[in-house]
Amino acid sequence: MPILEIERARRIFGSREARVVALDDVSLRVGQGEFVAIMGPSGSGKSTLLHLAGGLDRPTSGRVLLDGRDLATLSPAELTLALRRQVGFVFQGLNLLPTLTAAENVALPLELDGVRPKAAMSSALGLLESVGLRAVADRFPGRLSGGERQRVAIARAVVGGRAVLLADEPTGALDTISGEAVMNLLRQRCAAGCAVVLVTHDMRHAAWADRVVFLRDGRVADEAAPPGGPELLLQPGRVS
Amino acid sequence: MSVRHSLLVLLDAGPMHGYGLKTEFEAATGDVWPLNVGQVYTTLARLERDGLVSTETDADGQKVYAITEAGRREARRWFETPVAREVVPRQELAIKLVFAMRSASADVADVVQRQRVATMRSLQEVTRLKADAEADGDLAWLLMLDALVFQAEAEARWLDLCEARLARELGEREERGERGATRPRADAVASQPIPERSN
Repeated sequence: MPILEIERARRIFGSREARVVALDDVSLRVGQGEFVAIMGPSGSGKSTLLHLAGGLDRPTSGRVLLDGRDLATLSPAELTLALRRQVGFVFQGLNLLPTLTAAENVALPLELDGVRPKAAMSSALGLLESVGLRAVADRFPGRLSGGERQRVAIARAVVGGRAVLLADEPTGALDTISGEAVMNLLRQRCAAGCAVVLVTHDMRHAAWADRVVFLRDGRVADEAAPPGGPELLLQPGRVS
Repeated sequence: MSVRHSLLVLLDAGPMHGYGLKTEFEAATGDVWPLNVGQVYTTLARLERDGLVSTETDADGQKVYAITEAGRREARRWFETPVAREVVPRQELAIKLVFAMRSASADVADVVQRQRVATMRSLQEVTRLKADAEADGDLAWLLMLDALVFQAEAEARWLDLCEARLARELGEREERGERGATRPRADAVASQPIPERSN
């Protein structure tokens, strides 16, 4: 069963003359540990799709299922809880709280979820260690490079074993090497079982995904998967 | 591409046997550029003929190659000269798109999108090789894969631009009541701005 499923979603903004069909009958299934990139020109519906996936917006028709549960059937309290426990978000900037250290930022969602501060901090440090950021755990965001900030933001978004990570242009302002480090980390989280949906206009970054979905005028225009299948990236050693 | 200059650079570090040069060359360039031993000896013979290397015979009767002063100058000149780009690369795709516009049986947008998906697939493939190259610390191979990534990206961006230009041209033709029978006007093509790529 896919962890995230969007079923024939349609999202219409405005009404009558001002009616805009942002998404028109779009379906998307994302399996556990799968990495899907969404590409398309401005106004093609990329961000709308991501907002539906993360329960930030509701479809005009169609369904969004998270771990098999239709988000529309959940009470507001259930929805909040389901999203907080299962879905992490990363955006282009302003992801971290400037007055908390990297580790405190990562620990915060766990504390909000009722985990004791000491245990939350220990999980946060463990996660930072596993993503190669233990050395900067005690720094405040202002003392981190742009690439480090985004990787800490990703750690915060997946801490506590969240099943889905939604990323909207997380590499926007980064240089090539830092952007690749972010993509490497996303890839690593997929290998650890997290499903990732990445919205980007950058083909080089989309190419890290198992599948690339092209949106055009609110519809799925095409899909591209690598010739050898998605599992290649996870295999050690040279592929030839 | 210059095996000749690469060998000179290797010899600049000290005299070597032909086989040693082959091994060093391949160690430096990884899988990017396999050499056969014959190619190495042919190149060395030409370098010797041109006075860029000299040879001696060692105790085992093997030839040892050493760089000459002229060879050092040639190696420096190589680093000082930018690699030439092809002046007019053959662009089958550009030609195909122009003809697709003239043809009643082709949908230009489909041609562009098919190409975009193909480009994306090759980009995905190269990206996977890159992840491995990085893990293996294979620098020459990694640099070469980086070049392929940027070439594919350039093609994709160029496709976006083609699509915008063609859409505009087709729109103008419809306004004029034409059906794709005329050549795109040069002024219409040349004055098109690069479309926004931001989200």
